[in-house]
Amino acid sequence: MSTNNIPRVEVRNISKYFGNVIALSDVSMAVRAGEVMCLLGDNGAGKSTLIKTLSGVHQQSEGQYFVEGEEVRFNSPRDALNRGIATVYQDLAMIPLMSISRNFFLGSEPTKGIGPLKRFDIAFANRVAHEEMAKMGIDIRDPSQPVGTLSGGERQSVAIARAVYFGAKTLILDEPTAALGVKQAGTVLRYIAQARARGLAVVFITHNPHHAYAVGDRFTILKRGRTFGTFTKEELSREEMVRMMSGADELDALTHELQEFEHTDQLKAEGKLSETEQQLSDKLG
Amino acid sequence: MATTTAAQKDERMAQTGLITRLLRSPELGALAGAIVVWVFFAVVAPNAWFSLRGTATYLEVAASLGIIAVPVALLMIGGEFDLSVGSMVGLSGAIMAILASVMGMPLWVGALVALVVALFVGWLNGIMVVKTGLPSFIITLGSLFIIRGLTIGVTRLITGRTQIGSLDDMPGFTMMRYIFAVDIPVMGANVSISVLWWLLIGAVAAWVLLRTQVGNWIFGAGGAAQAARQVGVPVNRLKIALFMTTATAAWLLATIQVITVKSMDTLRGEQLEFQAIIAAVVGGNLLTGGYGSAIGAVLGALIIGMVRQGVVFAGVSADWFQVFMGGMLILAVLINNYIRKRAEAARR
Repeated sequence: MSTNNIPRVEVRNISKYFGNVIALSDVSMAVRAGEVMCLLGDNGAGKSTLIKTLSGVHQQSEGQYFVEGEEVRFNSPRDALNRGIATVYQDLAMIPLMSISRNFFLGSEPTKGIGPLKRFDIAFANRVAHEEMAKMGIDIRDPSQPVGTLSGGERQSVAIARAVYFGAKTLILDEPTAALGVKQAGTVLRYIAQARARGLAVVFITHNPHHAYAVGDRFTILKRGRTFGTFTKEELSREEMVRMMSGADELDALTHELQEFEHTDQLKAEGKLSETEQQLSDKLG
Repeated sequence: MATTTAAQKDERMAQTGLITRLLRSPELGALAGAIVVWVFFAVVAPNAWFSLRGTATYLEVAASLGIIAVPVALLMIGGEFDLSVGSMVGLSGAIMAILASVMGMPLWVGALVALVVALFVGWLNGIMVVKTGLPSFIITLGSLFIIRGLTIGVTRLITGRTQIGSLDDMPGFTMMRYIFAVDIPVMGANVSISVLWWLLIGAVAAWVLLRTQVGNWIFGAGGAAQAARQVGVPVNRLKIALFMTTATAAWLLATIQVITVKSMDTLRGEQLEFQAIIAAVVGGNLLTGGYGSAIGAVLGALIIGMVRQGVVFAGVSADWFQVFMGGMLILAVLINNYIRKRAEAARR
């Protein structure tokens, strides 16, 4: 898929400690241009810590961080942005009551005129917002309509389009599909594929293996701050992915527990429980 | 090539109808309200209402509220309240009058000192809000009482009274009058220059809000401060600047009032903060920030000014004015919520 073998973004053996807490331990991963790397893991697996390190919010305690083969150490998200690494956060992406084009250019407004007549170039903003969305395959009829009128998936895509327009070469998407329905999640997944086709490197964070499997080229699975390694689609079935994410032992325990419930229900139905067991079961059920 | 594609795109975008755009504008309710109120008093008190003198009177009443209401609206869109503006009017007037009558300074020096103090108080309000993270409602409710109390206390300490009169004998009065309190004859009626100040402030605020970078930041800071910070909007500095703007507006109104009535009263501006917020809300500004209009605040002030003067023209006791204002506030919020929901869910 990629012709260039130097990864856009790579971390080698990085660890992150918060006091006594080991948030990340010896994690390595890389993402290349034109590739979607899925970062999977259950809650508390260290996904957030890893992406915050990638996007310059945190600095790693140990290990190395490379951008296009060059070792870097970011002190702020601004540093990461300057190297073309943009992060789209799930909840902070958009301001619903503002128009699409105002959202698109918030903080980097195009201006025209000089001195006291320097003003927000709204025609330019509307045009660019419209064009950039069109490149992602969304036809917004009116860029001056409030973002609140867009669906959740479309809002995410405005944020993605904005990041790309402002020079992002690597996109970090923090659970963009988490709060969305099936159809809207599908929309976002399509834009992720679109971004890949345009040659971006995408780090896609999710805890939904189905979403990951739909667009991912490679998968890095985190659990309790450690990585199981990176797998290609061929190397890893969806079922294996789920098992690794949640941990086989815990799944087995859960299966066992569910069987226990079934067993109790069955006994109850057959009237084989003693009186105290019956009361206890009623209380719980 | 760029220009041709631009032209094509522009054509495709221009499909939103005028009606949709009107319905989406926050000041629509206020415009309708202003028309209704105007027609109402045109029917109830036609003689005074249709005269130029009557018009000049209610415009002046509206102006004295609108000068405050417009910056208060900007601050509200930016996500904060300023309840201390009324007290700032009292403080600014007191500083001017004391410096002139007790210290013997020219009135314009007093006005400049009062302006510096107002900017400082605004800055202080702002810095306390952004540093403590407390709701600005609480911070400025505190400063409302502190400023008012200090104004009355210090004035009484220095002069032994809470009012100072005959300020027109002070040096520099004539020059100040031409800037802040002159009447402009318009076809036989005298229109106060404060009306011009009001319209000028409204026009500048509307331009800043809708056509400048800072305006976009104001919407962003009020809509979602964290999201705005993420994309590089200096939210804290912006909010402090907005608090300084409301304080400056309070100073301007104080100066206009002191020069117009030639006296100072430490109680001046009482309850003005609430009227200003009502005018802003009636004008379609959202209490929670991120949405609103400066033109709306101009219209909100116009509505309240018309009613305040209208009840006098209609021979109704002025007591009923407050009932109207309260009712108007609640009605306006209901209408605003409805309009906003339509704006948000306009699609599908």
